Amino acid sequence: MSRKTLSQAPVFRALGDETRLTLLAKLCCGEPYSITRLTEGSKLTRQAITKHLRVLERAEIVRRVHAGRESLYQLDPTPINEAKRYLDVVSEQWDQALSSLRAFVEAP
Amino acid sequence: MENRIEKRIELKAPVSRVWRALTDYREFGEWFRVKLDGPFVTGEISRGYITWPGYEHLKWEAVVQKMEPERLFSFTWHPYSIDPAVDYSKETPTLVEFRLEKTESGTLLLLTESGFENLPAHRLPEAFLRNDGGWTQQMKNIEIHVTQNP
Repeated sequence: MSRKTLSQAPVFRALGDETRLTLLAKLCCGEPYSITRLTEGSKLTRQAITKHLRVLERAEIVRRVHAGRESLYQLDPTPINEAKRYLDVVSEQWDQALSSLRAFVEAP
Repeated sequence: MENRIEKRIELKAPVSRVWRALTDYREFGEWFRVKLDGPFVTGEISRGYITWPGYEHLKWEAVVQKMEPERLFSFTWHPYSIDPAVDYSKETPTLVEFRLEKTESGTLLLLTESGFENLPAHRLPEAFLRNDGGWTQQMKNIEIHVTQNP
């Protein structure tokens, strides 16, 4: 998985969906899950779940591992951590900019 | 995960003062540390150069979206597009909105930056991560400078 591939991954968009967040909550501990297990307790069909998993897979948030004839899905926390770190940096820049603005407009 | 940034700060200055600091291109440049070519005009591209020490080679570019006097100022841009080797123009920009509300003691400023869902999350240049500490320190220097030189 190269840096270049990663740079194309629309991570934030992949995360902006309730169903996908629910899937990630199940996968959060790193244990690989089958589609059958991921569909359990969901109102969605297996096909729908598979579609959501593909979106996560394209964003490289989950990876598919093969266990015999079955496909298992496993979380890769790297993109989410990087996305979060990116937002943290942007957020911090705004804190600094707004604090400069405050000093500027509150100056006597 | 949140894919927008929201900030709210209370400023002890009248709305008209804050509005001027946000929308007069020279005043904006003072606190944001950017040298802009000309005034902000709705629908037009604002261009200039960063004036943070060490980052003067970096261009500033934003498209002014809305200027509703003393209420809303917004622009779209490519946030922290600080790697000159990367072409950011193909990425969907984020939207920055400054909303102003009058309060008893001055002005409530609400800042939002949204649209990160369209941004490839990993394009944060590694050079920036390495420089992060330095950049943060630069920003602190600026704050001190602005406070001491009103």
